[in-house]
Amino acid sequence: MRQNLLEIKDLHVMYRTDDDQIYALNGVNLKVELGKTLGLVGETGAGKTTTALSIMRLLPDRVGFIQRGEIYLAGQNLLKLSEGEMRLLRGNEISMIFQDPMTSLNPIHTVGKQIAEVLELHNPELKKGMIEAKVDELMEMVGIPADRKGEYPHQFSGGMKQRIVIAMALACNPKLLLADEPTTALDVTIQAQVLKMMNKLKEKLKTSMILITHDLGVVAQICDAVAIMYAGEIIEMGTVEDIFNNQQHHPYTVALFGSIPDMTQKTDRLNPIAGLMPDPASLPPGCRFAERCPHCLEICRTTSPRVVSKQSHQIKCHLFTGAEGLRDQDQKTRI
Amino acid sequence: MDVPLIQTKNLKKYFNNKTGSLHAVDGVNISINEGETLGVVGESGCGKSTLGRVVLRLLEPTDGEVLFAGESILSYNRKKMKDMRKQMQIIFQDPFASLNPRMTLSEIIAEPIKVCKVLTKKKDILERVFELMKTVGLAERFVNTYPHELDGGRRQRIGVARALALNPQFIVCDEPVSALDVSIQAQILNLMMDLQDSLGLTYMFISHDLSVVKHISAHIAVMYLGQCVEMAATDQLFENPSHPYTRALLDAIPIPSLKHRKEINVIQGEVTSPINPKPGCRFAPRCPQVSSDCLLPGLSLQEIEPDHFVACTLYQEQER
Repeated sequence: MRQNLLEIKDLHVMYRTDDDQIYALNGVNLKVELGKTLGLVGETGAGKTTTALSIMRLLPDRVGFIQRGEIYLAGQNLLKLSEGEMRLLRGNEISMIFQDPMTSLNPIHTVGKQIAEVLELHNPELKKGMIEAKVDELMEMVGIPADRKGEYPHQFSGGMKQRIVIAMALACNPKLLLADEPTTALDVTIQAQVLKMMNKLKEKLKTSMILITHDLGVVAQICDAVAIMYAGEIIEMGTVEDIFNNQQHHPYTVALFGSIPDMTQKTDRLNPIAGLMPDPASLPPGCRFAERCPHCLEICRTTSPRVVSKQSHQIKCHLFTGAEGLRDQDQKTRI
Repeated sequence: MDVPLIQTKNLKKYFNNKTGSLHAVDGVNISINEGETLGVVGESGCGKSTLGRVVLRLLEPTDGEVLFAGESILSYNRKKMKDMRKQMQIIFQDPFASLNPRMTLSEIIAEPIKVCKVLTKKKDILERVFELMKTVGLAERFVNTYPHELDGGRRQRIGVARALALNPQFIVCDEPVSALDVSIQAQILNLMMDLQDSLGLTYMFISHDLSVVKHISAHIAVMYLGQCVEMAATDQLFENPSHPYTRALLDAIPIPSLKHRKEINVIQGEVTSPINPKPGCRFAPRCPQVSSDCLLPGLSLQEIEPDHFVACTLYQEQER
């Protein structure tokens, strides 16, 4: 058995506003192995970013609450730590790359200073010269000439800004990197550059990574494991092979794959998923996907399905809770 | 041969600013046949949206011609142009920013009808609004809602309904699905293709997502820094991408299948500045097959096989 760097158990997160209580995460269970990349996939509002913010303990004050659950990083329960202890972890052991590189850099400081800030905060013993040297090294590592460290964010292009954000995130060699849609705001050619670089750095630094994305193409290219989220739950999880090559899937996964235009073959019509994600303020009792599911059974509307697993592959769906469970891969039966 | 519905001839749009002249669209020749879709792809900043706007004359071109059904629309005066606008509409990228938050759905859809005075009676207008809502698949109960109450997919449907309000022949779709989730994206793409079949619409579909463009277009034009570098029928372009930039662009798309998992191919460098560009091929600084010929001026689109045009020195040599 491999060692899990991060383990999330039964995490429930709620946002409380004046009008509503929004159930953003409803029992998320997640594992990230050492040195591996987990792709967290789902539509807008599925709870992907909330999961990442919970790990960082950066949920908005007075609005977002972790109701119950446990988050273990290398055996340590993050939810039991004090704010001060958490501050030491952030940026050092866990760091996060935010979605939009244009807004996550401070426009009035030079990029060199912003990278140095992370280092100064976590290594107070380092001398100024050493920090400068480390900043140069980090910038070279992400492919930006170090003599540009005196420039401001607006002088860089989108792809370069994203690389600076990545340099900041990797400054203290974190064990876990949370990348929240790191390439969504970038062009495909620049996306390819950034993905290639992240892959290379991951191998070099042995960092584990959670890659949040809605692009299944990106997942296929760089992830080792995949978790698919829907309405605050993980409805299917497994290795990339489980998700992309296996024949049995959660109906939502099937629908998600069906709705992307296929580059490799010609189709006349796409198959969108009918309906919308349920309102997280008033979730349906049974399976959250029941309303939109083409295989919906009587039981789906009343009872929440349990997780069925076969080796590394887990599916949360009533179609597989019967006596048969998940079939062996070689039987190739389509649901 | 039939006259194409939309044709541009050596179309140019330069923006002058302090540092020089920004060549947003630089000598683009495209043509779109009636009832067909031309996909325009390229990276951000390559002039796709500017091209869309110049074709609609929302921006005045610096030079060149735009022909609608064989007639140059650039010589039209204000009044004639306003009539013309009923024939050509636009769907914008961001359904969150392109709808007035203080107008209800029915007011938004009715606006073009009122502006162009197509219908005057309140009852007729409302009837038309309901008809349009039905066409784009919005339930009647939404008629008095505001945009913020609806999700992205429904909002983009309003954008489509507004564009259809005047029964146009030609619609410029400026990244209509890039702000939407994949499942919603599929709904809108299906809707647009259904409308094309039933109403005989002609689209110019601007996107940076090649898989979407491939799905919806009959022809594709690839743009790089204001110039069209390759234009071909969709199947031809994907089977035989000829310009090095097109190949790099196709290579960079992550494909959601493990069969295609491979070393990620990247083109080095980034898009160079479109301000006062040097003569010669604009892709030359990033091109893996660059030669000294690439820096010479006078590069133009060459037909390398029927209906497949490429602007690259690699193919011009074959001609000679």
